[in-house]
Amino acid sequence: MTGLDKTDASPVRDSSIPMVKAEGVHKSFGPLEVLKGIDLEVRSGEVFCLIGPSGSGKSTFLRCINHLEKINAGRLYVDGELVGYRQQGDKLYELRDREVALKRRDIGMVFQRFNLFPHMTALENVIEAPVQVKKQNKAEARERARQLLDRVGLADKADSYPSQLSGGQQQRVAIARALAMDPKLMLFDEPTSALDPELVGDVLDVMRDLAESGMTMIVVTHEMGFAREVGDSLVFMDGGVVVESGHPREVLTNPQHERTQSFLSKVL
Amino acid sequence: MTSDIDRTAGPKGSPSAGPEAIKAIPVRHYGRYVTAVIAIAILVAIIYAFSQGKINWHAVPDYFFDHRILTGVYKTLLLTVLSMLIGIVGGIILAVMRLSKNPVTSSIAWFYIWFFRGTPVLVQLFLWFNLGLVFEYVNLGPIYKNYWSDFMTPLLTALLGLGLNEAAYMAEICRAGLLAVDEGQSEAAHALGMSYGKTLRRIVIPQAMRVIVPPTGNEVINMLKTTSLVAAVQYPELFRYAQDIGQNSGAPVEMYFLAAAWYLIMTSVLSVGQYYIERYYARGSSRALPPTPLQKVRANLLSLGRPKGGTA
Repeated sequence: MTGLDKTDASPVRDSSIPMVKAEGVHKSFGPLEVLKGIDLEVRSGEVFCLIGPSGSGKSTFLRCINHLEKINAGRLYVDGELVGYRQQGDKLYELRDREVALKRRDIGMVFQRFNLFPHMTALENVIEAPVQVKKQNKAEARERARQLLDRVGLADKADSYPSQLSGGQQQRVAIARALAMDPKLMLFDEPTSALDPELVGDVLDVMRDLAESGMTMIVVTHEMGFAREVGDSLVFMDGGVVVESGHPREVLTNPQHERTQSFLSKVL
Repeated sequence: MTSDIDRTAGPKGSPSAGPEAIKAIPVRHYGRYVTAVIAIAILVAIIYAFSQGKINWHAVPDYFFDHRILTGVYKTLLLTVLSMLIGIVGGIILAVMRLSKNPVTSSIAWFYIWFFRGTPVLVQLFLWFNLGLVFEYVNLGPIYKNYWSDFMTPLLTALLGLGLNEAAYMAEICRAGLLAVDEGQSEAAHALGMSYGKTLRRIVIPQAMRVIVPPTGNEVINMLKTTSLVAAVQYPELFRYAQDIGQNSGAPVEMYFLAAAWYLIMTSVLSVGQYYIERYYARGSSRALPPTPLQKVRANLLSLGRPKGGTA
């Protein structure tokens, strides 16, 4: 089996444990409370879509999952393990930076503004973490990176620098870069919001392909079409709370809550 | 009505030719000719004055490659390189200290920069030279023990004085460079599981270099010139040797010109080096690397070779 199939092998794990579980998650930036108690569960292998107006806290919640932001109250679990802390008895111990970094290896993240490393070629971007963090053999990592770039349709751009690529191409390289660490969970933070409308489709195709391979994905998005077609669950957030959740088709076509109705009437 | 008809008739008169290229008489800038003439006249007058002055120009080539002068050039370069090394390493450490979350280290770095940037180098050089009043001995246990005045050789004084002063400036340059890198870069690196140190080394510093190199080149050139101050703490370098020769040979002013010429040569060479370092760190930041000077010259020669080709 080549490394490419590893992502497909996720059913092996105990599927009774939710991939992500949030219990009353609160987050404040100074006096501003951004998350006011989020409860939700993301099952393994699921495509979980987060929608809502800007400022509703959906990106912040996503960033809490890999501990880029520290939560102030509540509990957040990834694959049954507490994020950012270790519990012994009834005491919480903050994890060291190194321990946090170790856990982040298993969680891929794709950013709105790509955040590719501009001083490295596409291929170097993809092999950076496997070689530097996982101490993978360089030749093997390169071989694997070429497969991943091929998978996102950019086999011929391996030696291009990010500045030589279009936004859509950069975002696909960013997806390949995250996949190179063989994550068990992928976080997408508005992956198509910074793209020309024409280029959105290519990125969504790659994400659809990834969803079909069984990857657990949490997607913050404004692409309602993608959520409806690919999503397994959908949550509508507003003002730091979950307003409504359910199957995407149901929520999008027949929203129950007034706030959801008014939001969807504006974006659909 | 008539004007409408005229407008539509205009293009029809020349159907496929498209709009006519504009052939206008350019504005004449008479003022520019006048200022150019005045500037050249002043320049010529200055050069004439120097050539007629009581300066024995022949003394300059006579001593240009004198072995004392060459020793001075070597020592000036040595001082520049070593002091800059101290300055750059110290500057990076201070910059990281200032940006650290530990309030003690960041205040110490702030204080260091406050002191060394706020006092003249020349004063600092004398202070280092005379610290024997505070520390009578240098005592490193069994390894080394000596009087301060014996320990603090002119070279060490010069290096510490110049290097530690430079570190304060380099710290601010490095800090600016580190701050200039988009925060999303370290976020992306952290999200991939990279540690803080690795993120700094592999992702942030290489990008910060693009901002750090140009002002650092400036600092190197400044340092090369500032080394002339260390004559004051008895370390002989180019300027000191030139002065010595001037006093012995009876051509003091001529030797100042000679020193100036050598400084100019060295700074020019350094500028070329800086260009290539900048070009290296520019990779990825622009779509095509800027041409090297050689490539530029070659391109210019080619375009001169076929002047007609340019218009086609």
